[in-house]
Amino acid sequence: MLKIEIDGQAVEVEHGSTIIDAADKIGVAIPRFCYHKKLSVAANCRMCLVQVEKFNKPLPACATPVSEGMKIFTRSKSAIEAQKSVMEFLLINHPLDCPICDQGGECELQDIAVGYGSVKSRYTEEKRVVLNKNIGPLVSTDMTRCIQCTRCVRFLKEIGGMMELGLVGRGEHAEITAYVDKSVESELSGNIIDLCPVGALTSKPFRYSARSWELTRRPSIAAHDALGSQIEVQVKNNRVMRVLPREKESINECWISDRDRFSYEGLNSTERLTVPMIKQNGEWKEADWKSALEYVANRLKVVAEKDGNDIGFLVAPTSTMEEGYLTKKLARGLKSGNVDHRLRRGDFRLDGHFQGTPWMGCNIPDLQEMDRVLVIGSNLRNEHPLLAHRLRHAVKMNAAEVSIVSSLDDDPLMPVAFKEICSPDGMINELLQILKAMSSLQRLSLCLPPSLNKLLEGIEVSANADAIAHSLAGLGKDYDLVSPRSGVFLGNMAQHHPRYSELYSLAEAIASLCGATFGVFSESANRVGLDLARALPSAGALNARTMLEQPRKAYMLVNVEPEFDCRNGKQAADAMAQADFVVALTPFKSFALNDADVMLPVAPFTETSGTFMSMEGRVQSFAAAVKPLGECRPGWKVLRVLGNLLGLEGFDFDSSEAVKNEIFGGEKPSKVVWNKLNNNLRHLVEVDVKATSTALRRIGEIPLYQSDAIVRRSLPLQKAGQSSVGMAAMNSALMQKLGLQEGDLVRVKQDAEAVKLPVRLDDRVYDNCVRVPVCAETARLGDLYGEISVEKAS
Amino acid sequence: MANEVCFRTLHLPNPGSLETYRSIGGYETLKRIVTEKVKATEIINQVKISGLRGRGGAGFPTGLKWSFMPRYYDGTKYLVCNTDEGEPGTFKDRDIIRYNPHQLIEGMAIAAYTLGARVGYNYIHGEIWEDYVFFERALDEARAAGFLGENLFGTNFSFDLYAHHGYGAYICGEETALIESIEGKKGQPRFKPPFPASFGVYGKPTNVNNTESYASIPFILQHGGQAFQDLGVANSGGTKIFAVSGHVEKPGNYEVNMGIPFPELLSLAGGIWKGRQLKAVIPGGPSTAVMPAASIMGATMDYDGLSKAGSSLGAGSVIIMDDSTCMVQTLKRLSYFFFEESCGQCTPCREGTGWLYRVVKRIVDGEGRMEDLDLLTDVSSNISGRTICALGDAAATPVLSFIKHFRPEFEYYIQHGRSMVTGK
Repeated sequence: MLKIEIDGQAVEVEHGSTIIDAADKIGVAIPRFCYHKKLSVAANCRMCLVQVEKFNKPLPACATPVSEGMKIFTRSKSAIEAQKSVMEFLLINHPLDCPICDQGGECELQDIAVGYGSVKSRYTEEKRVVLNKNIGPLVSTDMTRCIQCTRCVRFLKEIGGMMELGLVGRGEHAEITAYVDKSVESELSGNIIDLCPVGALTSKPFRYSARSWELTRRPSIAAHDALGSQIEVQVKNNRVMRVLPREKESINECWISDRDRFSYEGLNSTERLTVPMIKQNGEWKEADWKSALEYVANRLKVVAEKDGNDIGFLVAPTSTMEEGYLTKKLARGLKSGNVDHRLRRGDFRLDGHFQGTPWMGCNIPDLQEMDRVLVIGSNLRNEHPLLAHRLRHAVKMNAAEVSIVSSLDDDPLMPVAFKEICSPDGMINELLQILKAMSSLQRLSLCLPPSLNKLLEGIEVSANADAIAHSLAGLGKDYDLVSPRSGVFLGNMAQHHPRYSELYSLAEAIASLCGATFGVFSESANRVGLDLARALPSAGALNARTMLEQPRKAYMLVNVEPEFDCRNGKQAADAMAQADFVVALTPFKSFALNDADVMLPVAPFTETSGTFMSMEGRVQSFAAAVKPLGECRPGWKVLRVLGNLLGLEGFDFDSSEAVKNEIFGGEKPSKVVWNKLNNNLRHLVEVDVKATSTALRRIGEIPLYQSDAIVRRSLPLQKAGQSSVGMAAMNSALMQKLGLQEGDLVRVKQDAEAVKLPVRLDDRVYDNCVRVPVCAETARLGDLYGEISVEKAS
Repeated sequence: MANEVCFRTLHLPNPGSLETYRSIGGYETLKRIVTEKVKATEIINQVKISGLRGRGGAGFPTGLKWSFMPRYYDGTKYLVCNTDEGEPGTFKDRDIIRYNPHQLIEGMAIAAYTLGARVGYNYIHGEIWEDYVFFERALDEARAAGFLGENLFGTNFSFDLYAHHGYGAYICGEETALIESIEGKKGQPRFKPPFPASFGVYGKPTNVNNTESYASIPFILQHGGQAFQDLGVANSGGTKIFAVSGHVEKPGNYEVNMGIPFPELLSLAGGIWKGRQLKAVIPGGPSTAVMPAASIMGATMDYDGLSKAGSSLGAGSVIIMDDSTCMVQTLKRLSYFFFEESCGQCTPCREGTGWLYRVVKRIVDGEGRMEDLDLLTDVSSNISGRTICALGDAAATPVLSFIKHFRPEFEYYIQHGRSMVTGK
């Protein structure tokens, strides 16, 4: 520790601290623009100049490391003079158009100018004008206001992983710009709006719609991935105007993904369902809540009286724990075991084998401290944008080695130590190879069950698989570690994989052989929570897949749009069409719900209280940020009343808190979580090495902005997402084999359902695979990872 | 007494060729040092004794700079030569790489041996293409003759030297901006510390010196540090190339001993042209303060001499102005230069240089106001000492010194809307 003095105040700080760190520590305010604690030091704004004893020039506090006995004066005559002069320079070319600037009221330049600016300008020359740039549908630019602090440049380079903005030109002509004719495509781009200390970068969807001081700030939890990012929902006139991050170092630091930031536009979509609707003679009619609920209760009762298992309950994994729990309770009350929230899962062979609720296996910040990581089946930047950043940090700052096994070679924007891009079936083989290499490396083959050992005998280990095993075990690409902190993780694409059970078993075996953390980067905001709340089929009952394969007479859908949210859109649509009765609890009218009989308007996460549990097992409850729109009701209340109407016991909850209490059995949630989270299998599942089929295989990726119903309705996000349009992407070899060219129209066929899609050249896709992402045009195709045929459309 | 160090081949035919250089004992010093395995500390000591100070303008003692390079370092160390002379009136280094390139190469090789650098770069200013081509040719000759490359003179000392042609930005003459530029990035200065000696090219320890500094090294080690020091005066050892330009009969480069009285240098350059009178001199390039005739005529041309007289030696770019020169219009030209060349990275320089230029331009356009003079002084002082690199100070210096020494001319211009000197 170093002893120094700031403005006469003694303070002890760590070696390597800068003056600004030390001042922040004791609450001495030093004005700054370019400095940001999460970004590299640029020292270019010069606003933080302070006086230091024995130096004749003022020094920038952000870039000057402290030394023992240093005496710093932040408010001395020379310091103030320097700060004021910099302020004057910053303002001479700034347009001072605060009354029409969106940043007004939350502008760092404005705030600091109050303290350090002059009342009158001495600058009488012409001011600089900088042309605005179009950097996409999310971030609006007013470049004349820019003070060239380069926070946005450094963010995109250091956190986003790609330098999409830069400072070009010299001197006064220096301006921030993107590559020629390119927009900023980072999935974290919205953070540059928060970082910009002036009104140069503002939110395109939000701008001109409200002033910061008119907004009420309500804490909430982000609802589109399993990170559990803490957000602040800002509200005006009972309408969500924008969403900003709340700082939470251990989860989202001070960032949020664009999906979490701009999804709120979907909340204000014209497709919002605001009154209960009942279909009569094929026509939707508005209804009041009482008759709608009674109608639903009666219809369900009729089916349940014959056999409760004729009803299927599908819960979207974005639903709250309370909604999931009450749905399950309702199902059990109606003697149905058919409840599931794992709608995109294809392989349920592991059910009954888990010792607990599968989770991430560690905490989020642990990820960036890891030395060796193997990620299996994940398009990281799409699935968990901020987790990708944590891993990027581990690689860049801590020289971690990240290896990837996947069918898609999408760039995670970080150096990858080893990668194996293979067919979906090939992934099983690849993991077997890694397991074999690991078992011979650790000389621990005896730990594996004999059947697996026997299987491994016939496996030939490739050099790459061997390298991945070595890396995980500590024998790295560049340097070796005796006891590395390693992790093996399964992504969303692994969870959607038709042979997830095998991937899971093998990944667990690899992890346990090398002592690595093993976990699942689970999808959606609340998959882990719904698992813990047991929104799962009871023993022997139907799961999300079989419920559709063996169509039910009736379905209850909670926040589900069947074609978009289920693994097999075609099958889901057909199941709904044939059912006698479908009730949908939904915030949106949707053409995907055309085959429903009743639509009950339930509140999205901003309009209801509830609880999400993140992939790291963090239980986070939130209150409604706004009142429900129209006649919308919180989902838990609707389910509660349905329970009452059906005469079921134990539905007398008067708050979502009461539901939560019951979920956790009156215990502290953290204690329950501690007991329940467990990734271990009771025993290994048999693995078979099937011959790989020669048929074309669909890679049914869920694009970044197709993840759930709210996101799908956010127009700015839809404009931003390249992959939100239908396409059949394949590598050049397959294109050549099929005699296709980029832009050709093809008939893509799955299970008797065909759509016409343009062909895209995409060499990131593995041989004989076709990337057909889920979107409006492709929603009615079949299995996400099923066989697919592609032929040139005439 | 002229042309004894860097230009010592100039009187010979074909002065830039390897043959000519070898005829005066070129590369012998390198060979002796490398084959006899002379200790690095001994070499650095000789450089310290020589009193050689950085010839690029800052005047930092070269021997001391060399001693900052980490001696033991596991990895590549780099050597960089700064031939990016881009300031108006500066044209000495180009003549070294044109007329005596091998002495520079030998000097750099000796430095590389001393500092343990494996790779060197010579960053050549973007606007001098022909000289760059000459230098590339010299590099080829040196490689072919075995003075550059692997295992020189059969020892384990290896050194590769590459020429890097810049793109003409003045800021790239700042050593850290130059390093950024070598790395392929936009040339803008880094914040210091860390200094290049610990974090230079590609983040590796790097020594950056001016062309003239490196080119002086073979002489120093051939004749001893003391011999070099004896050529000059106390605190300013050796010779210095003065690039004399402006209103003289014979503008050009003059390599003379440090401490030469200014009038002598002026007469070497043929005196003021057209029989006119000397009005003012910028002794070290536009980033140094202008001096009125009276104070420069009594000054000696060395670090201390010019410092005492109120300016500095800079890079030795002597700009002579006769009595027909309008100082207001001259300042406008100089301010424009710094405005145009500011890299735009840090606030005071980016905003301030434009402000200064616009106000001076307004005065020249006849729309000046009397309070502009105080404004110019104030803005200049606000730039000085508050920027990442020295370009800010460089831009402020001419404004401050011009107004200080020639205030009546500025006042006249403001009052009458035309020049006191030219009447226009």
